[in-house]
Amino acid sequence: MGCIELMDFEILLSHTSFKEGREFIRRNFKDVYEVEPGYKLFDVYLIGVSPIVIGIENDHVIFPYVKPCHGTFVLKIEGGEEIGRLKSRI
Amino acid sequence: MNKKALLLLGCPEVPVQTGIALYLASRLKNAGMDVFVAGTDAALDLLKVSDTEGHYVDTEMMTHQDKCVETLAEKRMEFDFCFVFVHNDAGISYLATIQSISKAKLFAIIFGHDAEALSGQIEFNCEKLVAKSVHNPIPLKKEIDERIREVERWAVSN
Repeated sequence: MGCIELMDFEILLSHTSFKEGREFIRRNFKDVYEVEPGYKLFDVYLIGVSPIVIGIENDHVIFPYVKPCHGTFVLKIEGGEEIGRLKSRI
Repeated sequence: MNKKALLLLGCPEVPVQTGIALYLASRLKNAGMDVFVAGTDAALDLLKVSDTEGHYVDTEMMTHQDKCVETLAEKRMEFDFCFVFVHNDAGISYLATIQSISKAKLFAIIFGHDAEALSGQIEFNCEKLVAKSVHNPIPLKKEIDERIREVERWAVSN
């Protein structure tokens, strides 16, 4: 996979289902945005079932990251320009 | 121009996946299609070792699954048919992603211990081929055999 795995990330949830990951983000973050599968975040195209939810907390983004053999992870990464891009979608 | 088919493999932990992928690739290739395969490094290596001389899948037509998603999302590639192998929750996520970013006719090949439960979770539009195959590929092969003629007809249609 691309650079996400090389970035400084925090794993909030691991080896879960995509649906559980989505509910976790909705339950724990107030500022949440919905995108379609294939939305580009950093240098990767997000994998998942529509809608994919991305949370924003301060200067971090929280999003689901799917691995074929290990299920869904919910990651928290410093968002940089991605935050503005998400907010401008409204 | 030949029609293009994509086989998107899942984690290769379920034994039937490699055999069924080679069988399906063979049927599609014999129907005159160009067959591309995407998957994890391990899933692709299993194909390369099983099909050493590339009779069924050309190694140049194999790519990592995330590279494949990237080329589809960026509209640099499109397929006529996509067959997504699903035996776990991540497989449904990849299936849904292909459904969202590609206009290909979409088939879900659903197998493994949880085949029926996984099939029930798929609520978006795709053709489902479902068999509780884990070690024995024959039930899944039968599903493919029952549906493949329709695909073969499309392969030669305009």
